[in-house]
Amino acid sequence: MNSADFLLWVRGTGLQIATVIFVFGVVLRLFEILTLGHKKNLAVTRGSGFKEGFRNILTRSLPRDKNTLRRSMFTIVTGYVLHIGLFVVIFLLAPHISLFEGIFGFGWPSISTPIVDLFAVLTMIALLAILYHRLTNPVLKFLSTKQDYFVWALTFVPLITGYLSYHHLFLNYNWMLGIHILSVELLMIFLPFTKLSHAFTLFIARWYSGSMMGEKGVKS
Amino acid sequence: MSEASLERGIAALKEQIDAPVAAFFSSCTHCGMCADACLFHTETGCPTYTPIYKVEPMRRLWEQEYTLLGRAKKALGLSKPITEEELEKWQSKVYNTCTLCGRCSMVCPVGNDITGMIRKMREGMSAGGFAPEGLIGASERAVEIGSPMGVRLPALKAQIKHAEKDTGLAIPMDVEGAEYLVLLSSMEIMNYPEYLHAITRIFHQAGKTWTLCSEAFEATNSGIQIGSSDIAAELVGRVVAAAEKLKVKTVISPECGHAYTAIRWEGPNLVHKEFGFKVQHILEVLDELRAEGLLKTEGIEEAKLTFHDPCQLVRRGGVVEQPRNLLDMIAPNFVEMEDSGVMNWCCGAGGGVSANEDADKVRNKAFNRKKKQLESLDIDVVVTACANCRIQLEDGLEINEMDIPILGLTEMLAEHLKEDKPVEEETS
Repeated sequence: MNSADFLLWVRGTGLQIATVIFVFGVVLRLFEILTLGHKKNLAVTRGSGFKEGFRNILTRSLPRDKNTLRRSMFTIVTGYVLHIGLFVVIFLLAPHISLFEGIFGFGWPSISTPIVDLFAVLTMIALLAILYHRLTNPVLKFLSTKQDYFVWALTFVPLITGYLSYHHLFLNYNWMLGIHILSVELLMIFLPFTKLSHAFTLFIARWYSGSMMGEKGVKS
Repeated sequence: MSEASLERGIAALKEQIDAPVAAFFSSCTHCGMCADACLFHTETGCPTYTPIYKVEPMRRLWEQEYTLLGRAKKALGLSKPITEEELEKWQSKVYNTCTLCGRCSMVCPVGNDITGMIRKMREGMSAGGFAPEGLIGASERAVEIGSPMGVRLPALKAQIKHAEKDTGLAIPMDVEGAEYLVLLSSMEIMNYPEYLHAITRIFHQAGKTWTLCSEAFEATNSGIQIGSSDIAAELVGRVVAAAEKLKVKTVISPECGHAYTAIRWEGPNLVHKEFGFKVQHILEVLDELRAEGLLKTEGIEEAKLTFHDPCQLVRRGGVVEQPRNLLDMIAPNFVEMEDSGVMNWCCGAGGGVSANEDADKVRNKAFNRKKKQLESLDIDVVVTACANCRIQLEDGLEINEMDIPILGLTEMLAEHLKEDKPVEEETS
């Protein structure tokens, strides 16, 4: 297999396989969660669980209060950089948007590539900082499982390979781009079955806790 | 409880796993922020006290039973089953070092109600026979005697007699058709009878009818703490039966945190029916009386004071403004703690920790958080609204040689009660 064949495969068959597994995995996980059900609350409620559930989906993205921010500063700051960075890199890079356009039939404006490039670097720095934190902080070191390191790598490899292929570094462009696309496909395949599933299950988690607290009149 | 076994424990735990739990486990990224929010971790530095880790056996059970991949792994013998030794080891995490205070649930960035999961974890632990001796004893006394501390009706009657003598007012017992059914905690009956004196005088001035019930005067619920829905439902059921028999409009939960959670929020779900009466915490009732002009005070409290928010009232109960409205009437020198209201730090003794001797040492360590909060304020008095918090604050301050008196808010209001109505007419 030469580099052109490889690129062709990851762009075609590879992407199709990854997409099917990704969609199947997401649907399966949603099914696994939602079919477990949730008993109706019979206590007289003080506030709207529905409204607070939705409010919680949004407000949980903000630091809870200044003391919590101070206590968990490292996690919160690196978390913001990582997630904002991933959003910019995945959804605002011109070649990515044309790929989405090819799939969904519509696109959106991109931002200039050098800026996305900067975000990619910041995101990688954040991920390295997160890894360092995981390896040195007593709580994180204790909590972390093999999967935590595995999903770290699953997230990091697409970033570094994307960066290297954009700058035409290390390997020939076709090979590097092919490896980049393949690494994204691996990420898609594993996402629904690992804790990366928080990317979509967090909306359900936030909704449930927000509504349960909201019914008691507690702003979560 | 004699038939407790690992199988029963696992079956009970499986029953607890619902959609929210599955969403929570699916969303945890091991970020560790819950540890920063938990006083048992911040005061000991022990990573095993990280809140989400306390439910790790439950997470594995969820994965093995309720996910396709986990089931496949289990079928192939690739997953680690839950063992008796493991759950024995987990006892200290689930009971000794968690007060169900709910701070972790407030800070989790993905929105996991970790405290709620620990409460569920306890259902499996108690059914499996892995609950601490202290809580088993308290639960047995609650079911058999009607009080976790073993307080019987004659003891209450003796306190009633004192209170009637001191206040010159009759204390109604088993009066049908009264507006309020007042519940008490054993701790209040034995250690803080001032509470009974206070409400007797306050209700007299407000012109409200109320009653105690000889068959259900205990508000606390050991079933909630040990994590046994059966016991909790039995105890709530007694209050429901009393409220229905006496046809009261409202049941009042006393100055106690978990009693409020038990009857107000878990109660109807435990007995599987909506209540035909209202449930309010005493602070809610007093705040209503204040708003209606039925609770009048005179004079002010000169001391510089702060309010310790009981976790089950604020974070887990939604009673935040009421104590502040009430303090506003009499305490111009009221100051808030650094983290107050829904983010207040637990006293360290809730959720059954105070009834569990195994937790004594770590409980005193956890109190350091409250100590630091109070030290930074330079206050003369701490006011609270939970007898369990109060006893922990008293113990903790004594151990740390800090001479700060602790007062119940209801009792403090009664000290400033404006008494327009004469008391003689009611004396029996």
